[in-house]
Amino acid sequence: MSSTNRTVVVTGIGATTPLGGDATSTWEGLVAGKSGVRPLEQDWAADQAVRIAAQIAVEPTEVIPRPQARKLDRSAQFALIAAKEAWADAGYTETSADDGTVDADRVGAVIASGIGGVTTLLDQYDVLKDKGVRRVSPHTVPMLMPNGPSANVGLYVGARAGVHTPVSACASGAEAIGYAIEMIRTGRADVVVAGGTEAAIHPLPIAAFGNMMAMSKNNENPQAASRPYDTARDGFVLGEGAGVVVLESAEHAAARGARVYAEAVGQGISADGHDIVQPEPEGRGIAHALQNLLDRTDLDPAEIVHVNAHATSTPAGDIAELKALRKVFGDDTDHMAVSGTKSMTGHLLGGAGGVETVATVLALYHRVAPPTINVDNLDPEAEANADVVRGEARKLPVQGRIAALNDSFGFGGHNVVLAFRTI
Amino acid sequence: MAATQEEIVAGLADIVNEIAGIPVEDVQLDKSFTDDLDVDSLSMVEVVVAAEERFDVKIPDDDVKNLKTVGDATNYILKHQA
Repeated sequence: MSSTNRTVVVTGIGATTPLGGDATSTWEGLVAGKSGVRPLEQDWAADQAVRIAAQIAVEPTEVIPRPQARKLDRSAQFALIAAKEAWADAGYTETSADDGTVDADRVGAVIASGIGGVTTLLDQYDVLKDKGVRRVSPHTVPMLMPNGPSANVGLYVGARAGVHTPVSACASGAEAIGYAIEMIRTGRADVVVAGGTEAAIHPLPIAAFGNMMAMSKNNENPQAASRPYDTARDGFVLGEGAGVVVLESAEHAAARGARVYAEAVGQGISADGHDIVQPEPEGRGIAHALQNLLDRTDLDPAEIVHVNAHATSTPAGDIAELKALRKVFGDDTDHMAVSGTKSMTGHLLGGAGGVETVATVLALYHRVAPPTINVDNLDPEAEANADVVRGEARKLPVQGRIAALNDSFGFGGHNVVLAFRTI
Repeated sequence: MAATQEEIVAGLADIVNEIAGIPVEDVQLDKSFTDDLDVDSLSMVEVVVAAEERFDVKIPDDDVKNLKTVGDATNYILKHQA
């Protein structure tokens, strides 16, 4: 295991999102241009300024048995569902680590969320206030800890090489996958289950994001509310769910004859050093991350045909990213089909990088770029900098090696860019 | 009115079913909470709190470790219920 620059590939995918309870239905929803945004019909939503969200398509309690579900925060439930699907999709079973099919000491898990078990924390505080100390659930701590989803997924797959939880707000899911790529590339692990999850549709986060003026208030037309690159965009729509991939060293995957979706080429990371919540308007930090990606990998910009953009539907952020692409890639930007899939899934915060990695890998595998929906009037600054896939999905080149990027940025100025390519 | 042994076992069966998903008919006097009924140490705290409410009894933390089986818990409740 002396090699420190090993090739990493994607061998399994899983997701549970506002578009579907698995990766296949999610992908079909994305390609069809379906919106997962719905009105919030809970009683608590009535006096909120924001009364829409991209709520999960399949409730996790329909999938996870109740005795297990009641010990897991909703974010961990999403992560476990997506991880189980990805693990099985990669050809492993729940007992693979126990029966020696895979060496547990060489298996890792890296699952991130931006906020952690916020619904557990707040619900149990309500229990404390309303019913007293004795009634607070003894499961509260393992449920609310941000590493809970990672730990539960790690236990499921039998991971003993390391279980990690990077936290960088809305870049968390992408940072988790980047971290997992490094674990394999540098020889710490052979197989790592990685992704992001978030479950923050609760009155407090909705009120807080709403008061930051960060969210769309298009309550009258929920399915048109998330509209990256459109001149009428007025903020993001909160989404929930998880996306998980199984990453594996190319040699480990080849030795067991695994199906390979794509190569995980690497990552570029930077920090804006600009503001705690505002993106740097010219995209300098993002450009720095893109340049790091090019400097640290053998990625050829001529091969990049698709970008799953961060594109949250906020006025400033959407354009800064496109300026960064243009700044770093120049004319090569012209052949990059840019998709803002948050127009359909909403913004899953720390789950976004996971779900969008699943989307990016499937875009390469099927050679189709999903659309950005709701772009009725393309922002001239978007048009000047990039080729936005609007309205309908677009076919990618059918032959030759192609590559794609998945961008994720987070409050705090975190920038993470992941690169994948066909094998 | 104090609960009978039969009522306590039935009550514990409901609680264990709710918390661990074990069928009520499997909750018998000789069954161990951890070994037979899938009640881990944290879930045992939930069982105890639910039993305290249902049977109007106080079960101090120091006594919980002695309640290994459904029979142990039933006897404890029979003896200490208000």
